[in-house]
Amino acid sequence: MATQRSSPFVTAVQQGAIAGGVAVLLTLMGMVETFNERDIVQGVISLGILLLVAIYLVFGSTTARTLSQSQVSVRIGASALAGAIGELFLVGLVILGQQVNLRPVFPNASPELWEILQFGLSAPQSYLAMLGFGAVFGALGAGLTLVSRRYRGPVIVGFLCVVLIGLLDDLIGITIASNPMFATSPVIETINQFFFAQGVENGLSKAGAVVVFLVASVLAYHWPTLRSGARSRTQAMPAGRQHTLALSMYGLFVVILLILPNFLGPYLTDVSNSVMIFTLMALGLNIVVGFAGLLDLGYVAFFAIGAYTMGVLTTTAVGAESGQIVWGPGLTFWWALPFAVLFSLMAGVLLGIPVLRMRGDYLAIVTLGFGEIVRILALSDALKPYTGGSQGIVEPAMPTVGRLSAALSSQGLYYYLLLACVGLVIFVAIRLRDSRQGRSWMAVREDEDVAQAMGVRLVSTKLLAFASGAAMAGLAGAVFASKVGSIYPNSFDLLKSINVLAIVIVGGMGSIPGVILGSLVLFGLPELLREFSEYRYFVFGAVLVAMMLTRPEGLWPSTKRKQELHENMGPEADPRPQVLSTPGEAGSV
Amino acid sequence: MRRFFERHDLVDIIMWLIAATILFVALLGSIKTIQSGKYSPATWVDLGISGLTQGSVYALIALGYTMVYGVLRMINFAHSEVFMSGAFMGYFAATWMANSGFMQRNPLLGLMFLFLVAALTSVTIAVLLERIAYRRLRRAPRLVPLITAIGASLFLQYMFRGLFGSQVRSYPPMPGLEGAISLPGGVEIEYVQVLVIVAAALMMLVLYLFTQRTRAGLALRAVSEDKDVAALMGIDVDATIVRTFVIGGAFAGMAGVLYALIYRQVTFYMGFVPGIKAFTAAVLGGIGNLPGAMLGGLTLGVTESVGTILFLDGYGVPAPYQLKDGIAFVVLVLILILRPTGILGERLSRTKA
Repeated sequence: MATQRSSPFVTAVQQGAIAGGVAVLLTLMGMVETFNERDIVQGVISLGILLLVAIYLVFGSTTARTLSQSQVSVRIGASALAGAIGELFLVGLVILGQQVNLRPVFPNASPELWEILQFGLSAPQSYLAMLGFGAVFGALGAGLTLVSRRYRGPVIVGFLCVVLIGLLDDLIGITIASNPMFATSPVIETINQFFFAQGVENGLSKAGAVVVFLVASVLAYHWPTLRSGARSRTQAMPAGRQHTLALSMYGLFVVILLILPNFLGPYLTDVSNSVMIFTLMALGLNIVVGFAGLLDLGYVAFFAIGAYTMGVLTTTAVGAESGQIVWGPGLTFWWALPFAVLFSLMAGVLLGIPVLRMRGDYLAIVTLGFGEIVRILALSDALKPYTGGSQGIVEPAMPTVGRLSAALSSQGLYYYLLLACVGLVIFVAIRLRDSRQGRSWMAVREDEDVAQAMGVRLVSTKLLAFASGAAMAGLAGAVFASKVGSIYPNSFDLLKSINVLAIVIVGGMGSIPGVILGSLVLFGLPELLREFSEYRYFVFGAVLVAMMLTRPEGLWPSTKRKQELHENMGPEADPRPQVLSTPGEAGSV
Repeated sequence: MRRFFERHDLVDIIMWLIAATILFVALLGSIKTIQSGKYSPATWVDLGISGLTQGSVYALIALGYTMVYGVLRMINFAHSEVFMSGAFMGYFAATWMANSGFMQRNPLLGLMFLFLVAALTSVTIAVLLERIAYRRLRRAPRLVPLITAIGASLFLQYMFRGLFGSQVRSYPPMPGLEGAISLPGGVEIEYVQVLVIVAAALMMLVLYLFTQRTRAGLALRAVSEDKDVAALMGIDVDATIVRTFVIGGAFAGMAGVLYALIYRQVTFYMGFVPGIKAFTAAVLGGIGNLPGAMLGGLTLGVTESVGTILFLDGYGVPAPYQLKDGIAFVVLVLILILRPTGILGERLSRTKA
């Protein structure tokens, strides 16, 4: 591919057609219209238009990169053409949509959508404006490839910061409003006015956007020098002081985490609680998938077992009335918690035994089946007296900690509880990873047969992986049940398993910091952008595929896993026959 | 006795115990149900026929799983979405034909067109999947394509939801398919069921002849046997893999229409359950084995339909049909414990599983 010179025209048409296809798809899915309600920079650009901009930038730069051997003017021209061709598809869509009513088939194809796509202009000029819009951003995409790497990175970082802050502006508003210290401070008020110019509109103010962009890109530009400077300075210190420095950094981090709820306000604290529940699950699944390489698609079952144990053991709604279950000892939260963990752990072993002999794909399907069986059983009339069927269980107990519970809000209480749980689970996960057991898991992940030959006991190794992963999910489930205050079977569907799996994979299989980052990005961010939740799983699917194609090791990979994943991934166009079913590879997953 | 323990470790014994318990529970339940005499023979025959209908659809989808597994050694999780897309586009074709009156005038031609639209949609999606997502991952560790397939499945499902909305859409009534044939003994077979069973049987026959009697079919078998050797023999491996996706997609699309004709509605998540069942059917029959997939589909359909009531009703379980989907998974686990190669499969060695 690289040696063959592609014709600029053909490349532009190809890339433009793909860009147009993507643009039409996202438009008809309603993404442009829904996203358009959020301004990134007030009166300048909305998230919906930004989506289109991103498409043309990406395909413009791809065009320019494909034509890397042509002259600069040719590259820019081809990219502009690609952008214009992409936009031509949208022009076609608008014309078609205005002639024919597309709504019976595509519910999102509304007249408002056409107006957005035409930038509010009327017919003939608007088409020219649209084509020009595509061409400009296509050419800008090519421009990005021309700039040296030293500048390109900071520019992109600056833009991303503007987008992120513009998106989260109302959250910043809520946080400020909910904190008495901030709400009354005139300094904060002025800053807030400058950046967000409060009004009906949302998003950054124009001046605010420029400042954010400049600050972020300058910081990003100097980041490498700053980092290497800091590193060389710490390395120059004596070992004892380095250690003290590291410890005090960790200490500072912990203190920040401890006082965080005071600044976040109830809503954001609640969101961080949900994120931490998912972090707990993801840390557990990371042991099963990341360390031991056993793909478990029914992981939510253990979460459900933890939640139901907590519910049945602590609910006060026991009796013969409808909506009540027939049996429940009414324990306190703390008494029920160990049982929840224990039962999920036992379920982990129970599931582990029949699947001991299965590998890769079979394992995935059987665990998926297990997850569904747990949900189907919880939902069925057969177990209704014990699990409440579709009505679920209400009123599980809240945790109480002596006088402390009176001093804290309920969000604050769960925040500290979950923080303690996450801390504990991270500690356990790190110790397990670095133990003999952890090394056995990784050996099994790399090659089951070789591991067995080297004296790793497959039975106990796999069972322990399932059991410890399940116990962590059980813990998360128990706290979840108590936090949410009701347990319904449909909270435990396959999507939850896939959500957790996506966290582990995008963060980096086998990497503990990666998993934490993953749960922030894949669970925290969507929780904050609830108004776009319709597209959540669509984006998840796209991210999973894109991640596997380009960066299978995840955002924050563990070094070991990265080596494994890259050792036999060749370039796409490999002339040699492709070796697929050699015995050595069979056990590699 | 000692030799027995030497040859089989504790895990095997525990697994057999699990299997034996499940089988015993099923057997006892069946005896109790039959003794209770609640159901007439005609009811059982009805259940059997609806099981066969369901099973034919499973078998058609299972062929796609099995063929892709044969050539790529991966579960194409997104195959259930390939199935869904066919049923979905079929819905639009069917509605259009019903509204324009075309369906009333030429029911047979209309039905053919319906199948054509569904098959074309599904083939397009299947081929795009292979080209965009799977082709680059052929040499990757096996977890990677599997996760890609899960992601692709999620992507397609929610793409359809975004494009066409999340509501349940009802298929228009098909002229000529309303009503039923009455057989002696109070048994009734609906025309739809006849159509599904006959169409599925025909398609499977065509596929069987294709794989056994044509050069392209021979190439397909060679590639699923050993890709490298096939390439050395001058077979275009890439083209053969694409062909596999084309056939699997076409079958899934037509299965989508048949499924929609039975249930009369389509939604964006309709692919998940039949997809899993079809995979179970493929494993049941022996994955990688075409007649196995057909047999597995039919067996699973009947087990699910008859078995749910037969095994559970005797215990007085309220509303046993709610547990129908659970039965399929239990069957899957049982098969994997007792005969991991499936009913007909024997070629599948440890290296391939």
